[in-house]
Amino acid sequence: MGVREFIKGWPVYRQLTGTDPLGRGAAAKSSHSEQLTARTSTADSVARSVCPYCAVGCGQKVFVSGGKVAQIEGDPDSPISRGRLCPKGSASKNLVTSPLRQTTVKYRRPYGTEWEDLELGTAMEMIADRVLATRSATWQDADDKGRPLRRTMGIASLGGATLDNEENYLIKKLFTAMGAIQIENQARI
Amino acid sequence: MAEAHPVGFQWVMEAKARGAKVIHVDPRFTRTSAMADQFVPLRAGSDIAFLGGIVNYVLQNELDFREYVVAYTNAATIVTDGYRDTEDLGGLFSGFDPETNTYDPESWQYAGHEQNGAERQDHARQRETAAALQHETHGMSVKGETERDETLQHPNCVYQILKRHFARYTPEMVETVCGVSQDAFAEVCQAWTTNSGRERTTALVYSVGWTQHSVGVQYIRTGAILQLLLGNMGRPGGGIMALRGHASIQGSTDIPTLFNLLPGYLPMPDAEKHPSLEKWIDAVRHPGSKGFWANAGAYGVNLLKAYWGASATVENDFRYDYLPRINGDHGTYRTVLDMIDGKVKGYFLLGQNPAVGSAHGRAQRLGMANLDWLVVRDLFEIESATFWKNSPEIETGEIVPEECRTEVFLMPAASHVEKEGTFTQTQRMLQWREKAVEPPGDCRSDLWFFYHLGRMVKQRLAESTDERDRPILDLTWDYPVGGERGDEPSAEAVLKEINGYEVATGRPLSLFTEMKDDGSTLGGCWIYTGVFADGVNQAARRKPGREQSWVAPEWGWAWPANRRILYNRASADPDGKPWSERKAYVWWDQAKGEWTGEDIPDFPKTTPPSYRPDPGTSGVEGLAGDDPFIMQGDGKGSLFVPVGLIDGPLPTHYEPAESPVRNPLYPQQASPTRMVYRRPENPLNPSPPEHDTDLFPYVFTTSRLTEHHTAGGMSRTVEHLAELQPSMFFEVSPELAAERGLKHMKWGHVVTARAAVEGRIFVTDRLTPLRIDGRIVHQVWLPYHWGSNGFVTGDSANDLFGIVLDPNVLIQESKVGTCDVRPGRRPTGRALAEYIAGLGRAAGQHQAASVTAPAPATDPAASKPDEEPT
Repeated sequence: MGVREFIKGWPVYRQLTGTDPLGRGAAAKSSHSEQLTARTSTADSVARSVCPYCAVGCGQKVFVSGGKVAQIEGDPDSPISRGRLCPKGSASKNLVTSPLRQTTVKYRRPYGTEWEDLELGTAMEMIADRVLATRSATWQDADDKGRPLRRTMGIASLGGATLDNEENYLIKKLFTAMGAIQIENQARI
Repeated sequence: MAEAHPVGFQWVMEAKARGAKVIHVDPRFTRTSAMADQFVPLRAGSDIAFLGGIVNYVLQNELDFREYVVAYTNAATIVTDGYRDTEDLGGLFSGFDPETNTYDPESWQYAGHEQNGAERQDHARQRETAAALQHETHGMSVKGETERDETLQHPNCVYQILKRHFARYTPEMVETVCGVSQDAFAEVCQAWTTNSGRERTTALVYSVGWTQHSVGVQYIRTGAILQLLLGNMGRPGGGIMALRGHASIQGSTDIPTLFNLLPGYLPMPDAEKHPSLEKWIDAVRHPGSKGFWANAGAYGVNLLKAYWGASATVENDFRYDYLPRINGDHGTYRTVLDMIDGKVKGYFLLGQNPAVGSAHGRAQRLGMANLDWLVVRDLFEIESATFWKNSPEIETGEIVPEECRTEVFLMPAASHVEKEGTFTQTQRMLQWREKAVEPPGDCRSDLWFFYHLGRMVKQRLAESTDERDRPILDLTWDYPVGGERGDEPSAEAVLKEINGYEVATGRPLSLFTEMKDDGSTLGGCWIYTGVFADGVNQAARRKPGREQSWVAPEWGWAWPANRRILYNRASADPDGKPWSERKAYVWWDQAKGEWTGEDIPDFPKTTPPSYRPDPGTSGVEGLAGDDPFIMQGDGKGSLFVPVGLIDGPLPTHYEPAESPVRNPLYPQQASPTRMVYRRPENPLNPSPPEHDTDLFPYVFTTSRLTEHHTAGGMSRTVEHLAELQPSMFFEVSPELAAERGLKHMKWGHVVTARAAVEGRIFVTDRLTPLRIDGRIVHQVWLPYHWGSNGFVTGDSANDLFGIVLDPNVLIQESKVGTCDVRPGRRPTGRALAEYIAGLGRAAGQHQAASVTAPAPATDPAASKPDEEPT
């Protein structure tokens, strides 16, 4: 390296001679950092998404590499959020890839003291059985004046505010058809 | 707002940069206060007194936007002679029945609208069924034609009633009740009024802690009165913005997983009141009313048709008889108490953690421990899934694993990037999310779970001949499945059903006005019709904000009809011209003969401002050209609410159910109609006029931290967030710290009759001791994010609350209560149970004593009003 190159390699030189007098951009960049590429630029695909925390509805871009979430960033196109995310939204990659995520069914039998493993299909069959048995055991055809009730008071549900509209729609539709009416969510809380 | 909705707060900062004045009113100094021009600390639970004081300031000084008020609100409407105000009756309205603690609202009606016999409203029943919640879009079901005095001089016109009602909300009274100095109060009054009117608008922003009061609905009503008086509704830069707290909590209210509602704010049928399709429709349509609810028949039939498809026909009333009936309070708190009583056997928790997030955590956990089975669907192993293993009641011995029979299924859920679908954000905007990756392992969407549960239930019943199974067997459930695993139902197919389509052709409907009541169309949620207009998923639109107008109508889709500001007809004057050029938004285009502007006009498109309906005309044609509030039965904004509220036609300051203060405004202490469950596990701290209120002398409130989310299930489980806010703490003022011997960063605990909650003490001047009614009242603040699981653990603040509900919507009072604060850690194990039982006994003994004490020392909700009406 000649003296000229040595001097040019000095950030303060670039600061004084270039377009970045405060040394907060191009002038401060090392050759190492110039060679780095952002995870977002090498992603296989990008999904347009929405932050799952509060109800502001900030736009998110979900970058995917090798079938895994590589990064989640604010969507600059969103007229709501203009690319910004708060600490929670910024941590949402950490949310979906958290080591604490449950990825298998856990089952606690009556009077049990520990979790047990259960196949997903088995769990679904068991839940369907219990729903029907409870519905049957707690069914109310009519009130004491003979007015139709057509319901069960034995089954309740709570939740929906973090779910999709389509999910809430199916939840309410199915429970209503089954006669379960104690269906509630965070909007009551 | 800066704490809990930080990215939304950027728009407040934009406004500030352009010269807007920002005022923050809150019990505690927060990140929002730090950026505000004025911070006004006030006592938690005193908001009606504060806002009522501003209403009084406006009325006494005649600062209302008179042209707007006369034309667009019910200020001129005359109320029946029999009406008596809280001014006349010691804090009660006319019609109070001390036996049921509810009102007969007959004397609140508009003159000429008095009802009789069967038409009369049964408030005891309406309270049980949270009937007021329907009014989220309903508006008032009053008849369209009213007697009016547009000079506003008639002694029983709404304007004069309002003026008398709020006359005692003086600056001195505001100071006494709220602890706000008269100077600070005057500054707020002046800022709000000078920044409202023809040329300027003021926005009121609240977060939904406002709803968590025994008078929560009336908090918001007071804000609405003020914004209507000042002409700030339906106009750009105005309005009342509810900052809701969950990604799609608006959606889960519109397409409700709520006991008393069906999609689109149609009521769940009531066994008594809605015996037939016709009665059910009429209860919504309210014949004689103006506006768009007149088409309720089509909305109801389209829903039934979406549920029961080909089997729903004109001949069988579209299977109306398939709908289950409600007949009382089936809200989440009643249900939890029924679990404790063994009446509820099975419980689903869908992304919800009531062991931490609901009021009275102990009752929640005891309820869950008394079920036959519990299904928890969540991303993480939340506290509500492990109550049998590591809840505080395990420690106290109240729940013993070997004796607890509840069978628990913890079903792993798909995250927001592992499924597609729509969220509805806080301004009613639907945004479609694309799926980024497949959910890992056994994780599945709730769409998958419920679709397959329904499929399996239908299979099991396929051979059934039992009539009760017909609604399941006839239910349309043929959603296409696909995806990598081949069994994921299509969210877009569900959205298309929600939108609605022509049965014969499958053509998606563009607007709810295309819905027919003859079965030729179907649609699952009429207010969402248009989200799939032209067969295009409008919620997936992503035209960059910078490439379109400032209203950004081509990003996502807002209900109804992609309208971004509701009631925007009010942004123009009665003649259809913008009130001012700088606030132009929607106006009448005389040349084209239609409404036009920046947004979709919220008015019949070709009805001119000069239009006047013939007498007796109802429905959409009944709206005059200057009736902007098109969902209200009279087309006017409601300063006074004759129909639909359980606790009174006007907001009135009542003390919270637990308060250290005697109500300075009225003999009536707390809301007389509040919903109380008197049970041994739900003791309440004594409040004046009861004695011994010094057992729990301080006011406490809770709120969120930026770095955590509600009950912590989505933040204590996230490394970065857990690290940013690692442990439970609570804040006290230096003065309170001195009074109770509390040391900064040392342990302390907060106690109520329900619980003792420990945390690190944070001594800070973010909390201000307030002078209330001649003495100092201290406030304590706690975040409510912690529980026993996750990367960081701690006590749950919501355990401190009891269960007392707003009578209109059955939402709990969990933003204010009374407490004591003590240094050091709380006891553990059995000693904790004894400690809490002792606190409960102290409160309970006291209450038992006060019930037998001579009047007026009785609790109104327990027996009768504090003082007899005079």
